[in-house]
Amino acid sequence: MQKLVLLGDEAIAQAAIDAGISGIYAYPGTPSTEITEYIQHSKEAAAKGIKACWTANEKTAMETALGMSYAGKRTMVCMKHVGLNVAADPFINSAITGANGGLIIVSADDPSMHSSQNEQDSRFYGKFALVPILEPSNQQEAYDMVRYGFDLSERFRLPVMLRITTRLAHSRSGIETRQQREQNDVSLPENLRQFVLLPAIARKQYKNLLGQQQALISESETSGLNTYIDGTDKSKGIITTGLAYNYLMENFADRIVPFPVVKIGQYPLPVKLIEKLANECEELLIMEEGMPLVEEQLAGLLHRGIKVRGRLDGTLPRDGELNPNIVAVALGFTDTRGEEIPEIVASRPPSLCVGCPHTDSYLALNEAMESYSKGRVFADIGCYTLAALPPLQSINSCVDMGASITMAKGAADAGLVPAVAVIGDSTFTHSGMTGLLDAVIHNAPITVLILDNSTTGMTGGQSSEAFGRLKDIVTGLGVDPEHIRILKPLRKNHAENVQAIKEELSYEGVSVIIPTRECIQTLNKRMREKFKNKK
Amino acid sequence: MKRDIILAGVGGQGILSIAAIIGTAAVSSGIYVKQAEVHGMSQRGGDVQSNLRLSSAPIASDLIPFGKADMIISVEPMESLRYLPYLSPEGWLITNTTPFVNIPNYPDIEKVMEEIGKVRNHIVLDADQMATDAGSARSANMVILGAASPFLDIPLEILEEAIHSTFKRKGEDIVNMNLNALRIGRQAADAQMSK
Ligand SMILES: Cc1ncc(C[n+]2csc(CCOP(=O)(O)OP(=O)(O)O)c2C)c(N)n1
Ligand code: SF4
Repeated sequence: MQKLVLLGDEAIAQAAIDAGISGIYAYPGTPSTEITEYIQHSKEAAAKGIKACWTANEKTAMETALGMSYAGKRTMVCMKHVGLNVAADPFINSAITGANGGLIIVSADDPSMHSSQNEQDSRFYGKFALVPILEPSNQQEAYDMVRYGFDLSERFRLPVMLRITTRLAHSRSGIETRQQREQNDVSLPENLRQFVLLPAIARKQYKNLLGQQQALISESETSGLNTYIDGTDKSKGIITTGLAYNYLMENFADRIVPFPVVKIGQYPLPVKLIEKLANECEELLIMEEGMPLVEEQLAGLLHRGIKVRGRLDGTLPRDGELNPNIVAVALGFTDTRGEEIPEIVASRPPSLCVGCPHTDSYLALNEAMESYSKGRVFADIGCYTLAALPPLQSINSCVDMGASITMAKGAADAGLVPAVAVIGDSTFTHSGMTGLLDAVIHNAPITVLILDNSTTGMTGGQSSEAFGRLKDIVTGLGVDPEHIRILKPLRKNHAENVQAIKEELSYEGVSVIIPTRECIQTLNKRMREKFKNKK
Repeated sequence: MKRDIILAGVGGQGILSIAAIIGTAAVSSGIYVKQAEVHGMSQRGGDVQSNLRLSSAPIASDLIPFGKADMIISVEPMESLRYLPYLSPEGWLITNTTPFVNIPNYPDIEKVMEEIGKVRNHIVLDADQMATDAGSARSANMVILGAASPFLDIPLEILEEAIHSTFKRKGEDIVNMNLNALRIGRQAADAQMSK
């Protein structure tokens, strides 16, 4: 046993190494990125031959992991919450196929949208898929749940979801590790048709999955991850999920809560524990880090029976992450607050780095677009989305990865010509290629800028699958080579770049412009390392 | 012992190194630590903060409640004010005075200093200048840590050891530069408090 101070993400990664995984697959996304990075940098993992790969997107990650599980080995797949939308098809179906080697899907939610376009709650996906969900409230639990999760997955032959949130992922604390375990040998599923989801087989497997639900509930009641903590004051019973438990405890100096508490860390919900709470208490207060999943189930549509308080009746805010103060108010305590923020304090939004290649690309695009009416630039997700803000104010949309090209095509179909798409290199290989194929097949009058900075910048500079391949991919998808333009986004090339963009805007077909210059951050990092190695 | 600390600054100014050093020092003294960091979007030149909690008893929440922070340690003056709702009435505000201006509407620095002056317990120092004078412009964050060190309830030697173990990979020069910056900050704080 060893004591380490780790981020929640790192605790999960170390636990996966210790639990004997053979591979981890992921597409970067805050707040999940550090799990895979930790394993990529771990000498221990390298010595054990653990595969730690970035993939083109979350769907390919999920499917690759499923393949490894099919072959009998333990594997983990990691993504941010919106990544699970992309991986939803294989994820939901993996519950029907079931697993062979232990399979954990880590989905990292971002309530309050610190770095995301929405705050969806992955537990709904887990419930929808009918798979067990584990939800730690601290770093040690995160570590321990990974080991347990792999056992659970192999015992029930089901994928298991580990749901975490930003504050756990990116908070550091001391954890104790456990003894390391060997990897599994390759072994195929007993039934070689288990993974063949033809209707006749799928129907049987689905019934099987439904049949397992009662056993999963019993497991939730007895695993020790859901606990009933008795209290003397039965005027209310409290149910917490995830980090809400910590915020509850924070409000009691001696860490003793007068009310009975059910602390949830595993789903499906432990029916017996909750029944006991409902029988003993006058009302229930549900504190969930995320959307009101438990509350909706307990309240029922008509709010009959026991009074249920939480995010739906306004006892807690309907959106955003919880914190100790929000929980204090829900408990009826007086709120604490220091002095207000002085009025002179200005907001400081994130911005493109000084010297970022995207700035030069946008300055050229802005000038080339001057002769057209505003509102024609469909963008995507990455550092380059920051151009929505002043001073550049170049873009008019950012919805989900890949939506730039497809939305531009839709708008062009509606008559908005020219329509422009702006997409990063990593986003393009994540979800842009298929949309570009659509555009090529219908010869849509759109101009696509693929901003190639050789990296996945927004999430901290991970490798990009597009690296060195963009021109070939675009050509292969059928874009006319005469309308594929590679530019170097530098101030000194401004006039020439404006001219090139203008020419392509006036072409009534698919053009692809690829401004190519490395991200300043990764460039500096590379130079520092080169310098260090020379010394 | 309990110290709830908000670390504040702008992405890239090195607040996570301050957190890492205090955290390492606390752990080696057998103190419980929780430290919530900000990664991702906001690191790109936006405002960043970290909640650092130290306690001799196990810590429940990763986040510090409003009005309960014992100190705000900031490497940028305007950023120090952004977290005032967290500071307890008896808490200390320790901040650098060199503004980091990357927005067009950065307020008048005199007004910023005036607001800082209204906080009952505060220590202000030009950490950038002090670090430059000492020949290590890049260790302004360690000057700030030095200025905060009298309030940490962690012996200075343990902080020095933590600096040692954090920077030793980068060579002895870097270690000494940071140790020097720490001491300069400490002296400045001691001088201000004895006034
Ligand atoms: C489905 C999904 N997965 C992951 C993310 C997280 N994410 C946002 S931007 C980005 C990287 C984009 O890289 P690139 O397109 O190369 O642009 P850059 O940031 O380098 O400019 C990632 C991984 C997301 N928002 N949605
Ligand atoms: S990290 Fe790279 S791509 Fe992102 S803003 Fe900075 S220089 Fe540009």
